[in-house]
Amino acid sequence: MELQIIWFILWGVLWAVYFMLDGFVMGAGILHNLIGKSDGDKRVMINTIGPVWEGNEVWLVTAGGVTFAAFPTTYALMFSYLYSALFLLLCALIVRGVSYEFRSKEEHPLWRKGWDSAIMAGNFLPALLFGVAFGNIFEGLPMDGAGYHGSLLSLLNPYGLLTGCLFVALFTVHGALYLTVKTTGDLSKRARTTANNLWPGLLTVAVAFLVYTNFATRLYDNYLAHPLLMIVPLSAVASLLAIRIFSAKGNPLAAFTASSVTILTVVATAIVGLFPNLIPSSMDPASSLTLYNSSSSPYTLKLMLVVVAIFIPIIIGYKIWIYRIFRAPVREEDVLGDKQAY
Amino acid sequence: MDVLTLSRLQFAITSMFHFIFVPLTLGLSILTAFMETRYVMTGDTTYLKMTKFWGKLFLINFALGVVTGITMEFQFGMNWAEYSRYVGDIFGAPLAIEATVAFFLESVFIGLWIFGWNKVSQKVHAASIWLVALATNLSALWILLANGWMQHPVGYVLRNGRAEMVDFMAMITNPDGLLKFAHQLTSGYTVAAFFVMGVSAWHLLRKNETDFFIRSFRIAATFGLFSTVAVGIFGDMSAVEVAKVQPTKFAAMESVWESRHGVGMNLLLLPDPPNECNSVEGVCVPNAVSLLAFHDPNALIKGLKEFPPELRPPVLPTFISFRLMAGLGSYFILAALAATILSRWGKIENQKLLLKLLLYSLPLPYLANFLGWVVAEVGRQPWIVYGVLKTSAGVSKSVSLSQVIGSLVGFTLLYGFLGVIDIYLLAKFARKGPDNDLSTLIKPRGQEA
Repeated sequence: MELQIIWFILWGVLWAVYFMLDGFVMGAGILHNLIGKSDGDKRVMINTIGPVWEGNEVWLVTAGGVTFAAFPTTYALMFSYLYSALFLLLCALIVRGVSYEFRSKEEHPLWRKGWDSAIMAGNFLPALLFGVAFGNIFEGLPMDGAGYHGSLLSLLNPYGLLTGCLFVALFTVHGALYLTVKTTGDLSKRARTTANNLWPGLLTVAVAFLVYTNFATRLYDNYLAHPLLMIVPLSAVASLLAIRIFSAKGNPLAAFTASSVTILTVVATAIVGLFPNLIPSSMDPASSLTLYNSSSSPYTLKLMLVVVAIFIPIIIGYKIWIYRIFRAPVREEDVLGDKQAY
Repeated sequence: MDVLTLSRLQFAITSMFHFIFVPLTLGLSILTAFMETRYVMTGDTTYLKMTKFWGKLFLINFALGVVTGITMEFQFGMNWAEYSRYVGDIFGAPLAIEATVAFFLESVFIGLWIFGWNKVSQKVHAASIWLVALATNLSALWILLANGWMQHPVGYVLRNGRAEMVDFMAMITNPDGLLKFAHQLTSGYTVAAFFVMGVSAWHLLRKNETDFFIRSFRIAATFGLFSTVAVGIFGDMSAVEVAKVQPTKFAAMESVWESRHGVGMNLLLLPDPPNECNSVEGVCVPNAVSLLAFHDPNALIKGLKEFPPELRPPVLPTFISFRLMAGLGSYFILAALAATILSRWGKIENQKLLLKLLLYSLPLPYLANFLGWVVAEVGRQPWIVYGVLKTSAGVSKSVSLSQVIGSLVGFTLLYGFLGVIDIYLLAKFARKGPDNDLSTLIKPRGQEA
């Protein structure tokens, strides 16, 4: 297989894994005040996220770094064209990160309320912005040989906003299921009810997205040309339905697995549809950034392939080990009895 | 003000802010790991209290360092798209490797360390902070190899309208990158040593927890002595390298205008850039600059006049920062030496003057770090990649003035706000002193499993 194609696949995989892992962090954060009634609830929720959120966010740093190293032209244009959206994203991610660290460092209720709001905003905004940004990439950015002709406002077009809603809905259900698994008692029940109540909304947005995608983008062209690829979007639909089935049966772990697979396959559906473009141009197909015209030299691609072939399996290994150590649900008495807890 | 100037200002502000947290992380992770290891080896609970106390300050500091680091990676694409496109083939690799090899390790094991006190054995727990320390230091290696490439580009060819990597080994053995790494690492250790000594001094002056803070102080003083001496050695080696490969930067650091053999060092010196000379020169140590630069008293130093004015860096900030940094570095060695001697063989708690001095010296290694980066980055101008690409050619073409103003103001306000909160929390927990209730930590393990 050509090096560029391998890197295109890896590029897609990194984004998919990032959204799967940070998706439940964002979802749990969006629900922070909605299902966390007491201070104890909120601390329990933060303690379910605490051990893993930083490691999850690194997938974003890696996705960014790999875009830089393997597709420098895409990295340069994507990041400078989406300047203002990325600025907002960075602010939100910064606020989110410090909120977890700072919240329990003071007792005052106003201090804690402030950081609670910061946790919600800092998780909601990235979910929405990633959706809007990727929706616009699916449509193609208004760019040609002369440069970029869009703005922050032009990103907020109906399809971009719909994709934003899809990301928010998907991550929120995903986060609710994570909390169902990782907490106990009433909190876990509330999280489960929330997931069940939100699911029809997610289904509606997902159907609207699939239909609108046919009109707003060219993502389906590859599927029409190669019908076998339909297995990817079909598994996305199947796992979306499986979320509901498992959740209704009272098996939250299976439902969470299903929502993880849903995120992976939704991203895969889009990446397969984009191929061979990383960022299509909506104005001039010749100005699209493809895996051929925006990639690094074969030398760099080979070198980086060796690096990820060695280290990604190691990373996956120690991450699984850590998730196993923290697999038990967090109970309120663990947090309240422990001054070290967040 | 144009997009270029504001983008440079934004990069300076966001990287300097990021750099309030990085050096302390580099050193304090090692000190905390050392304390926890002593606890595991000896069972002495004072070491456990130390681990918790200094570890808490480490974490408050660490959080902002991590989250502001992402801004650095994104900004290359956001504000410096032309640069990123031109050099991404070679410059992107160390950044991607940093994320894969180091940042993952750091972020995953910090989670285990914070939340895993009762989940894993003491040894595994201590190992996790060592992994964090190793990973932060490895992170620095890759970032500084990337920066070293901007200072002294190696291992590339100009092809297909960009710089393409042809020799990875040349990039990772680039002396500029490796020396920067060694110099930066030991500067970070110096920050941590003076941080621990400064906070300990505050408590010792108030006779709080004397035993705890004497022992903390002693560890930091010894660590500081090794670090400050090493900073000096690596700093000297870095200057030699700069003299060899970045003659314009070196000439600005020493404010040498005319090319001459056997240049001496004026202890009193004031550059006068408009007239291309020094307005004050006095107390000259003969041949000192030549000796420092090439380890040869008669070596030729190229003066700034050798280069057209548009290829010279701003002389005043480069010169002043270098002088101040070197002066501070010398002071750190003397202070660390005094602290080591008096804490090993004297009664440090009675040395009020030294304790006060060290308390007020706490911010100085931070300042020295900033000054060092001013020398490195301002001294590299007008180049973004020395001799290959001008800074002005690296800026994004599609970004408008209003966008950069918006992000510059936004980052400044947000960072200012978070910086104040972070320093408030650091001060609060530093003053509070160690927590003597360890009941939640040494309870029997295995209940959760």
